[in-house]
Amino acid sequence: MSLDIDALRAQFPILSTKVNGKTLTYLDNAATTQKPQVVIDALVDFYTQCNSNVHRGAHSLSDEATRRFENARSNIQTFINANQREEVIWTSGTTEAINIVANGLAQKLKAGDEVLITEMEHHANLVTWQQACLRAGATLQVAQINEIGELDVADFTAKLSSNTRLVAFPHASNALGTLNAINELTSIVKSQSDALVLIDGAQGIAHCKVDVQAIGCDFYVFSGHKLCAPTGVGILWGRYSVLENWPVWQTGGEMIRTVDYQESTWGVLPHRLEAGTPNIAGAVGLGAAVEWFMQQDLDALKAHETALLNYAMDKAKDFSGIQLVGTAKEKVGVMSFLIDGTHPGDLGFILDQQGVAIRTGDHCAQPLMKRLGLGGTARASFSIYNTFEEIDTLFVALNKAKNMLA
Amino acid sequence: MTKLPSTTDIIEDLEFFDDWEERYQYIIDLSKQLPELSEAERTDDRIVKGCQSSVWLKPTIDDDRLFFDVASDAVIVSGLLVLVLAAYQGQTAKTIVDFDMDNYFKVLDLERHISMTRGSGLRAIVAKIRELATQHSS
Ligand SMILES: Cc1ncc(COP(=O)(O)O)c(C=O)c1O
Repeated sequence: MSLDIDALRAQFPILSTKVNGKTLTYLDNAATTQKPQVVIDALVDFYTQCNSNVHRGAHSLSDEATRRFENARSNIQTFINANQREEVIWTSGTTEAINIVANGLAQKLKAGDEVLITEMEHHANLVTWQQACLRAGATLQVAQINEIGELDVADFTAKLSSNTRLVAFPHASNALGTLNAINELTSIVKSQSDALVLIDGAQGIAHCKVDVQAIGCDFYVFSGHKLCAPTGVGILWGRYSVLENWPVWQTGGEMIRTVDYQESTWGVLPHRLEAGTPNIAGAVGLGAAVEWFMQQDLDALKAHETALLNYAMDKAKDFSGIQLVGTAKEKVGVMSFLIDGTHPGDLGFILDQQGVAIRTGDHCAQPLMKRLGLGGTARASFSIYNTFEEIDTLFVALNKAKNMLA
Repeated sequence: MTKLPSTTDIIEDLEFFDDWEERYQYIIDLSKQLPELSEAERTDDRIVKGCQSSVWLKPTIDDDRLFFDVASDAVIVSGLLVLVLAAYQGQTAKTIVDFDMDNYFKVLDLERHISMTRGSGLRAIVAKIRELATQHSS
């Protein structure tokens, strides 16, 4: 299957900007992705045609805003194959979505209970559970990874017990690119314990077809901005039977049924977990982004991303002095690396001078870096609109950086 | 103690180059002149944290003059620290407090390194040195 990459790139206006006088080579897609014109238009159209608050409609504009907002929710439902649209909760992003679940869990946990995570977590899927455990006197268990950055499934299984209340793991690792076998891991948890399963989909959602019913998990969370949608909006998907009575998160307007001075009662899903005026335009933007994705040939996009990753990893094999960090068999388009004798921060800087945008540092995964015995890495991460030529540019730029620095 | 170039030397040198590669090669080369703290002296209480790289700072005061030994794990930051120390090393507290570092970096056309957006630790170290100088002068 072929992909018209030029036509695809033409839909992302920022890709033709210049940085430091050079054509931008944007390889920081794991941090955030660029936006196609249709998403930008959805934001502009919302503000120019129907900006209003939602669900309060005494007037036509509000009706139209509510229609677009709820329509976006339905798009997300379709995109992840949720059973009911009420299971789709708008959040500000992955971080808030995990906090909603962790905050509720903290109220249910008792001393002696356990939460299981993995050694490849982003801080968002670590500090949240750590704090929930600390509040409740529960224990945080951590399943190990092996040297190439794959989850040790035996250790993961061994750490499940009758005390495990929740298991959280990433769909894919932002620092290493490791793609986890989420269906298999979920069924291990479900067959060996009564624990709930939360999947941090921040890095998975843009690279894989997600079918929450087929996975069998209880929560799947992600951020819009890593899926070509605006920042400040994301999704908490939760199984209806679990979310229905989940402890409320923020309280205030929109989420209540009745309010008195000394007590209140809560509304129904999805509103009970969406206090206050939501990020309406952001939600409409995310709805537009998933609609755009659903119109693409997803298999061709996936094949292109895999080809880009393989091309980059192959080139790295021929590049002297490079050390790849994270070489799992199943990976998304993330290449983390070090170059002998250089500091990742210096590499990032010299690459930036050449128009190549990557990320350097600990990638919000300090315990993972410690586990690997590293202070940080340089990370190039690829998206659907990247090209083989851009990977060539990356290696030319790296070669120059190596010559200057090492 | 190694002799550091003066700020005027640096301004003249950097003016002379016209592409980024020469400029940063110069900064990388400068890094070798850093009055460097030994590994053993890079203790946690001397860390000034930026989010990308760590910088260690050991001040000494001799009469009314301030001296600094520093170290960074990144080469470009080390080179930039030489630019900073060119202005501060062996100066009185008053000279240090009066020196306009932002403007100096602007003249060097390197202001992005000292701006808020970079987690290089450079801004933090300048703030730390100014704080020490302010304490010493009062
Ligand atoms: C694996 C993973 N989890 C969670 C997050 C947090 O996402 P956000 O900052 O959008 O809330 C990220 C973002 O980098 C991530 O990569």
